[in-house]
Amino acid sequence: MSDSVKNSPCCDLTGHPSFQQLDSYIDALKIDKESPRRKDTLIQTLHYAQNLFGYLPDVVQMHIAKRYGIPHADVSGVVSFYNYFTTTPKGKIQISVCLGTACYVNGADKVLQEFEQVLGIKSGQVSEDGKFSIESLRCVGACGLAPVVTINQKVYGKMKPGKVREILEDFLVEHSEKEEAVNA
Amino acid sequence: MPKITSYEKLLECYKEYQPLLHTRKDGAAHVDTKTVLICGGTGCQSSDSLHILAEFNRLIAEKHLEGKVEASITGCFGFCEKGPIVKVFPDNTFYVQVTPADVLEIVEQDLIKGQRVTRLLYEEPNKKEKVAASEDIPFYKLQKRVALRNCGFINPEKIEEYIANAGYQALGRALTQMTPAQVIDEVKRSGLRGRGGAGFSTGKKWEFASMYESEEKFVICNADEGDPGAFMDRSIMEGDAHSVIEGMALAGYAIGAHQGYVYIRAEYPLAVNRLKIALIQAREHGLLGEHILGTNFNFDIDIRLGAGAFVCGEETALIHSVEGGRGEPRNKPPFPAQSGLWEKPTIVNNVETLANIPILFQEGAAKFAELGSQTSKGTKVFALAGKVNNVGLVEVPMGTPLRKIIYDIGGGIRGGANFKAAQTGGPSGGCIPAQFLDTPIDYESLMSIGSMMGSGGMIVLNDHDCMVNIARFYLEFTVEESCGRCAPCRIGNKRMLEILTDITEGRGTEADLRELKELSQTITDTSLCGLGQTAPNPVISTMKYFWDEYEAHVKEKRCPAGVCQKLLKYEIDPAKCIGCTACARGCPVSCISGSAKQPHVIDQTRCIKCGACMTKCRFGAISRN
Amino acid sequence: MVNITIDNQQVSVPEGTTVLDAAKQANIKIPTLCYLHLEKSNFLNNVASCRICVVEVEGRRNLPPACATPVTEGMKITTNSKRVLSSRRKNLELILSNHPFNCLICAKSTDCELQTLAWEFGINTQRYRGERATHEIDKSSGALKRDPEKCIMCRRCEVMCNEVQTVGALTAFGRGFNTVVAPAEKKPLIESPCVYCGQCVSVCPTAALTGVGYISEVWDALFNPKKKVVVQVAPAVRVAIGEEFGMQPGQIVTGKLAAALRRIGFDGVFDTTFGADLTVIEEGREIMDRLKSGKNLPILTSCCPGWINFINYHFPTLKYMPSTCKSPQQMTGAIAKNYYAKKMGIDPKDMVVVSVMPCIAKKYEAALPYESTHGIPDVDYSITTRELAKMLKEGSVDLKNMPEETFDDPLGESTGAGVIFGATGGVLEAALRTVYEKYTGKTLEDVNFMAVRGTQGIREASIQINGRTVNVAALSGLGNARKVLEKIVKGEAHYDIIEIMACPSGCVNGGGQPYCHDRDEVIEQRIRGLYHIDRNQAIRKSHENPSIQKLYQEYLGEAGSHLAHELLHVESHN
Ligand SMILES: Cc1cc2nc3c(=O)[nH]c(=O)nc-3n(C[C@H](O)[C@H](O)[C@H](O)COP(=O)(O)O)c2cc1C
Ligand code: SF4
Ligand code: SF4
Ligand code: SF4
Ligand code: SF4
Ligand code: SF4
Ligand code: SF4
Ligand code: SF4
Ligand code: SF4
Ligand code: FES
Ligand code: FES
Ligand code: FES
Repeated sequence: MSDSVKNSPCCDLTGHPSFQQLDSYIDALKIDKESPRRKDTLIQTLHYAQNLFGYLPDVVQMHIAKRYGIPHADVSGVVSFYNYFTTTPKGKIQISVCLGTACYVNGADKVLQEFEQVLGIKSGQVSEDGKFSIESLRCVGACGLAPVVTINQKVYGKMKPGKVREILEDFLVEHSEKEEAVNA
Repeated sequence: MPKITSYEKLLECYKEYQPLLHTRKDGAAHVDTKTVLICGGTGCQSSDSLHILAEFNRLIAEKHLEGKVEASITGCFGFCEKGPIVKVFPDNTFYVQVTPADVLEIVEQDLIKGQRVTRLLYEEPNKKEKVAASEDIPFYKLQKRVALRNCGFINPEKIEEYIANAGYQALGRALTQMTPAQVIDEVKRSGLRGRGGAGFSTGKKWEFASMYESEEKFVICNADEGDPGAFMDRSIMEGDAHSVIEGMALAGYAIGAHQGYVYIRAEYPLAVNRLKIALIQAREHGLLGEHILGTNFNFDIDIRLGAGAFVCGEETALIHSVEGGRGEPRNKPPFPAQSGLWEKPTIVNNVETLANIPILFQEGAAKFAELGSQTSKGTKVFALAGKVNNVGLVEVPMGTPLRKIIYDIGGGIRGGANFKAAQTGGPSGGCIPAQFLDTPIDYESLMSIGSMMGSGGMIVLNDHDCMVNIARFYLEFTVEESCGRCAPCRIGNKRMLEILTDITEGRGTEADLRELKELSQTITDTSLCGLGQTAPNPVISTMKYFWDEYEAHVKEKRCPAGVCQKLLKYEIDPAKCIGCTACARGCPVSCISGSAKQPHVIDQTRCIKCGACMTKCRFGAISRN
Repeated sequence: MVNITIDNQQVSVPEGTTVLDAAKQANIKIPTLCYLHLEKSNFLNNVASCRICVVEVEGRRNLPPACATPVTEGMKITTNSKRVLSSRRKNLELILSNHPFNCLICAKSTDCELQTLAWEFGINTQRYRGERATHEIDKSSGALKRDPEKCIMCRRCEVMCNEVQTVGALTAFGRGFNTVVAPAEKKPLIESPCVYCGQCVSVCPTAALTGVGYISEVWDALFNPKKKVVVQVAPAVRVAIGEEFGMQPGQIVTGKLAAALRRIGFDGVFDTTFGADLTVIEEGREIMDRLKSGKNLPILTSCCPGWINFINYHFPTLKYMPSTCKSPQQMTGAIAKNYYAKKMGIDPKDMVVVSVMPCIAKKYEAALPYESTHGIPDVDYSITTRELAKMLKEGSVDLKNMPEETFDDPLGESTGAGVIFGATGGVLEAALRTVYEKYTGKTLEDVNFMAVRGTQGIREASIQINGRTVNVAALSGLGNARKVLEKIVKGEAHYDIIEIMACPSGCVNGGGQPYCHDRDEVIEQRIRGLYHIDRNQAIRKSHENPSIQKLYQEYLGEAGSHLAHELLHVESHN
């Protein structure tokens, strides 16, 4: 198996800092390329890589495949199966509207429509400047606060279409504060 | 942290840690110190509860209350809608919707002067009365908290508090005084059945797995909680992860496994984090790892994150996912107890099931079985949501009638509307109409009225919910979540959804209704896994109990609940219209015409039924049918 | 033994038997679609995805699939109740509702398992009219065509590619209604590790996987008066193409085939077996060199492009091991366009070489830039056995009733050694016959190396040549090749000569052969046909082929000469 792995097409990215980080993560997993169980940490690694790169482009997938000693097709099959993984970059500000049952019966579809209208993009799309993306998800477990929206992991409960602009503005203020802090 | 090296030492720790909980236990009224528990669950954290905690700590320091007052986080109280929640012991004062700005008042009034802050107390929606203590709130009064015993009671990030509440004693006793067969027997005698959906006897499942000879066996905790609208497993993981760990270790001992996995959804970052903390603490205390409590039993637990696939809650799919593959189910038999993870004997148990295990041993199988109905023992946690006044987690003995849950605990239907149905069992379940409100609910009774216990989601629907649309909603969910492996589910459910969409958009025919029934039968009969096998349930049950709504959509092209947009018609009553032009200006497609001061008219061919005009008209001239 | 009742018949079957197999014992044929078991290829697809084979089992709530349900004591099974039949029909109708209804213009028509099932069920209406998934057709490789809209998600190809062949080119991609079997990231096949062995094509029940067709190009060439069009036929074709004309598998139609090809207008009708003999000479020379020097052993055969693609991708560190010989297809082409063309006074540019192959990978090989001489490709079009059958039918040829004719000289003469190239172990055996005599200078009395024959994936033998023990192995199926190569990499296995064929059992079971569906006994019959030819051939050693001898005398000089290298070898196989 070791040989097959060396040859999988993957451009030489080993110098890239994020790749180094990914590599040290994978190193720590001590994958035995001969073991039929070597894939058991694949999903964790994909989570890690997606956090690192924001998405899972081909090169990242191929690199991971190589490190695990499995075909790229295997990785791709997994990535394409799970909603959480994406092969295209999402917006810097990711808006997820919960369309779980509790949220849906409390009008989450209207909230989603309002976000789409305000931002001028549809669910599943990224705004042209790469700033926003909207998607729907199914339940974050805060059903008591339905309808629920998350913006970059922050949970907003008891949403109403009328509150959409307001929380977007709030978030933007916070977001730019954070960015400034980072830049400073 | 010193390892606890024997069962005796564990009991010593238990004594030593007792004072941690002394304000919180029954009969602690005389205690002169106070404990403030602030909910640190996902819901309350989203509305700033950590900030509230910080504020308490700041004020405790500022007002020199150290030693007299202690503030700490706890797990979800199950009443997230009213969050952030702050509970003050020993008086059990239950404050709701607290903001950081309210903290000063609580500190000064309640903690210092001993007077409750009335305005922050919970108000009974029907009586409009404030209720002070949690035990008097109907929402809590009628519940029986077994699986949720520690949620909202201990600090989930402190193993000492779990131990102080008799934690890990069940494990200790089993390891030192019981054989695996006795452990299994105890679980069997308790009558505990799986809380994850199918309700299979937990003891029997363990027994099967114990029967197969194998060098390696595995215990998997199913914390995937895919049913949208259900959050009991999240609460338990966030509020009481040690119970689950202890339950898993007991399962491991019973079947002869040394490795466990918790498969938890990535959408629950807080629960994952709490679990990680709990695992570290348990290992440090010698409650996981090698030679647990000084015995020869080794057991450890790893976390595996899901990645957003409902079908991964199905046990064989879950196993494939733990193995790192696509979460596609496989044909059963063989069942996981025989051939599961890496083809080794494996048991998969739900979070709530496992959380019941330690208490079952603490109190004994007989005590556990006292609660519940003939065939279903113990309690069940429901996630009550939808159009009900008190949204939240409700734990009641099996066999409790629906009416009690919805009206007595749930406070009735929100906004004074009429109850239409309760949807239980999520996408696999069905809708229960009013005629069955008095059915005592357990696994069998729900099945017999065309629904399912499922994992415990319970969504209350009222007059304004269209049942055809609800069925369509669930089908849309299953179609999105189908793994795509088998034809009936991959294509059949898609066809069902298309037909339902046709019906809700006015293109349905009577032949479609017949087709829906036939398709339901085939998909139920021949799908490979539980997802497909149960996917038609929402359709079957709504057709059974709300046939008239289907007929109205198909024959009269009318949505009785006024939900299906394409079937609505907005009309202006010329007698009431004064020609103010507000509607015309608000119409996004400009399909309202009329000159000022003249009655306006809607061009029905262009109207997109958005309803904007209706909200604009201040003269009630626009109607919707 | 387990006792069960199927449709009121009592049956006793061994434990672990599936309901499907148990029913077979009771002469009940439960229809299947996704299920496929090919013992010879070590292939089992029992993912139970189509749900066509469902049956009713007393006491069970739903209808389990016969193909993946083991029997249990006392089981009472009904295979044809109303509930069962209507469910099967519905599932078939559902599958059809996501399938293009264009059998008339489909390569698989009349040989399609889905079509057959629909016909058997008497499907007479298009019941559901919802959305059909749309996917692009992928012909990027020029060899294998993917038409995912015709995929029914039986997953056979995945099992074949990933588990049997261990290539790992395919995966189920996405989920739910839009799931599709595809290379990683749904990229074109040419960018995947696919080796074009075509085994997935052999097992695909529909036209979702087929070969890229070149029939119209070949007709165009044939009808072009400016072109001299010659054809070569691979050994495995002559024992299989008869099946397409109602003959028995394994029936030998060499003479009829030569006649038939002439009838449809080929100007020269040649035998790839000639190229096989030539390969034996060139490769034999290499074998002897390496055996003598003891370097670069083992030597691996290079006549299977599927296998060569495999080593290139998966074991690049072993790339020095394969012989540098071109495959018989390419050798025959090169000799036709150079030696033969010169002889006949034809400009190689005006010559079109068509090869008829049991193979998909040969299409890919023929198009490789380095498989050419002086910039002119050795082979212009490689078509499959199946394609030729179609051409013959279109061209008014009834193969069954053709007279026996012979191939054209000089590229028509062949030996028994060349013919057995079509079966696994044949290349090795042919090489041994020549190497033995050349190396020892003695006559080989018994030319049959029985130890390397057969259909097991790995066969090994030790042969004494001039006092040296030569360890040989014949491997077929890439999964078997992987096993052995991994051992070689680790230094755990020591061989001198290894023959590797990508297809389980070799070219007789190539991806371009007439479909045998679940009847894998067909493969053995074809093999028997080849050895039958060998047995009855006057000359059974490649180096005794007079046309080959003449070729060396007149043109190439000796084996491994400069010219031989220019025409018959490659620098490296990629
Ligand atoms: C589509 C599908 C989704 C499921 N999701 C869950 C889930 O989210 N959590 C869970 O505990 N069980 C789920 N189950 C049930 C599990 O397959 C399994 O029966 C359960 O985890 C067994 O644990 P128990 O015996 O403790 O209930 C699901 C089943 C199906 C068919
Ligand atoms: S029933 Fe649905 S989810 Fe289950 S295996 Fe079939 S396609 Fe997948
Ligand atoms: S419903 Fe919307 S589209 Fe129709 S008339 Fe009113 S505003 Fe215009
Ligand atoms: S808003 Fe009402 S009153 Fe004014 S023009 Fe429209 S229908 Fe008439
Ligand atoms: S694949 Fe089969 S069913 Fe489909 S179009 Fe071709 S012949 Fe017809
Ligand atoms: S099978 Fe039917 S549709 Fe097809 S060509 Fe024949 S008659 Fe026409
Ligand atoms: S041709 Fe061979 S390698 Fe290519 S996809 Fe098919 S089975 Fe895999
Ligand atoms: S491509 Fe063919 S073999 Fe592969 S899954 Fe589709 S129908 Fe089956
Ligand atoms: S074994 Fe024969 S048919 Fe198969 S890929 Fe190799 S050359 Fe082609
Ligand atoms: S349904 Fe929206 S958070 Fe649970
Ligand atoms: S999260 Fe605070 S009560 Fe549920
Ligand atoms: S043949 Fe059995 S499920 Fe497809």
